[in-house]
Amino acid sequence: MSTLPLAVTRRRGQGMRHTLDVRVSPYAYVAPFFLLFCAFGLFPLVYTAWVSLHEWTLLSETQTFVGLDNFTTLLADDYFWNATFNTLSIGVLSTVPQLALAIWLAHLLNRRLRLQTLFRVSLLLPNVTSVVAVVVIFSQLFGRDFGMINWVLSWFGVGSIDWAAGTASSHVALSVMIMWRWTGYNALIFLAAMQAVPRELYEAATLDGAGNFTQLRRITIPMIRPTMIFVVIVSTIGAMQIIAEPMLFGQSSGGGGGIATGGPDRQFQTLALFVYEQGFANSTFDFGYASAASWLMFLAVVIVAGINFLITRRAKGGLV
Amino acid sequence: MRLRYLTLTAVAFFSAFPLYYSVVVASRHNSALAEVPPPLLPGGNFFANVARVFDTVPFGLALLNSVIVAGSISVAVMFFSTLAGFAFAKLKFRGKNAMLVITVATMMVPAQLGIIPLYMLMVKLEWTGTNYALIVPALVNAFGVFFMTQYLSRALPTELLEAGRVDGCSTWGLFWHVVLPAARPAAAVLGMLTFMSAWNDYFWPLVVLSPDNPTVQVALSTLASGYVNDYVLGLAGTAIGTLPLVAVFALFGKQIIGGIMQGAVKG
Repeated sequence: MSTLPLAVTRRRGQGMRHTLDVRVSPYAYVAPFFLLFCAFGLFPLVYTAWVSLHEWTLLSETQTFVGLDNFTTLLADDYFWNATFNTLSIGVLSTVPQLALAIWLAHLLNRRLRLQTLFRVSLLLPNVTSVVAVVVIFSQLFGRDFGMINWVLSWFGVGSIDWAAGTASSHVALSVMIMWRWTGYNALIFLAAMQAVPRELYEAATLDGAGNFTQLRRITIPMIRPTMIFVVIVSTIGAMQIIAEPMLFGQSSGGGGGIATGGPDRQFQTLALFVYEQGFANSTFDFGYASAASWLMFLAVVIVAGINFLITRRAKGGLV
Repeated sequence: MRLRYLTLTAVAFFSAFPLYYSVVVASRHNSALAEVPPPLLPGGNFFANVARVFDTVPFGLALLNSVIVAGSISVAVMFFSTLAGFAFAKLKFRGKNAMLVITVATMMVPAQLGIIPLYMLMVKLEWTGTNYALIVPALVNAFGVFFMTQYLSRALPTELLEAGRVDGCSTWGLFWHVVLPAARPAAAVLGMLTFMSAWNDYFWPLVVLSPDNPTVQVALSTLASGYVNDYVLGLAGTAIGTLPLVAVFALFGKQIIGGIMQGAVKG
């Protein structure tokens, strides 16, 4: 009742203001995000297309429109195709085992378990570690002469591997770093989805005599499919843009080559690193060419993500 | 059952060991790296190595920059995400659902592809080499908005807002007096997640900053690249530049993990 006098004394103008407040405030509250995204997310992406049609360098004041010239040059550029191959190779090597392992770990954690928190925290430790730290640490572990990994391998009669030097070995080393950093994170995402699966399904399956692995295959995976699709797409997009790992690995493995070449023979230069090399590390600062490469990369991201979406959606229980 | 614990323990070991080993190496002398078998216990050289880090790169400045950048980004993200999350979760307006879908969809945009125009934009604004270039584009993000939307639609009773309305609160008043206090637990988790990712961000700071005014991660990469095979120096930098964060995480791990998992369950 105490509100009644207030309402009575409220003047007409205040009523208007109230309506305005209720109508407009919500838009004002979500506006910061959309403004920021348009300015620093959407605009650069679209403007990349415009730049890619020009002869455009940091050094020159004028930009000449050259149509699709940058793209035709790019398609004939061996370094571009090399980078495409490396991106796909590292992407597959790091993502496929990572997601399989993540699902399995989530399945192991999805029980009443002592030390549950300790296990979860330790799983996520690598993800809290910065990418610079990860690569610096692993470059040491993967060292040819005194690295711990070669030392352990030597017990099994494996000779010293120069991890950074070879194409396949450097891809494996980089994939290990990426997996180390992201497996636990994805496992927790899967675990969150698994906890939403009704317990009764498992109880019924246990009564029917279904084993652990069968339950994972027949119940868990079909039930968490939306999350799987989400994780696969996000991981794919991430894998197609890998740049910091090869960049830092090239620097700290001591193999030589420039900051952005991905090893002296470009054996692990990814697409994103190629873009960076053309735009920022090359003496020409060729923004036009780099933007064209960005767009082809975007195309590749969309295609690969689309294919993975279709595969994940169609996959029956036997995906793992 | 025993196999389950064995596997999880092994995984926990492999997660933690590289971090531990980096401290071992960081506390030794470079000559220890050539030992076979490799050293497995920390040595006594840690502070001497850390001093070398400060001599080699402007590490004090880097720490200051990183604290400023990660701190301001976290506060801004907490504030703007709660604001937008409030609107999406509890207010009625036309186009709300579409806008929320768009927000989530922007998480899938490979933003790195726009790096060249973004850099050109920073040149135009004369922000290259300054912390503005790092802070302003990161003031709010889709993950934060989605995260707070999820939390507020679950945890904030609509009756509380209605009561506030009856008492004559404006929308802003509701936000300030009702929503912000209620959002505190989730906002704290979001703040920690944001701080960690801002602190660890590497590529964009590398592009837009110069080596003489770096963030911690840029300084670390300078350490790792400048001195070929001086792993001890690189790892000593890593130890002081990233391990404090890992320690904080280990302390608040339970809450942070809860936050990540809640954010993951898509509504």
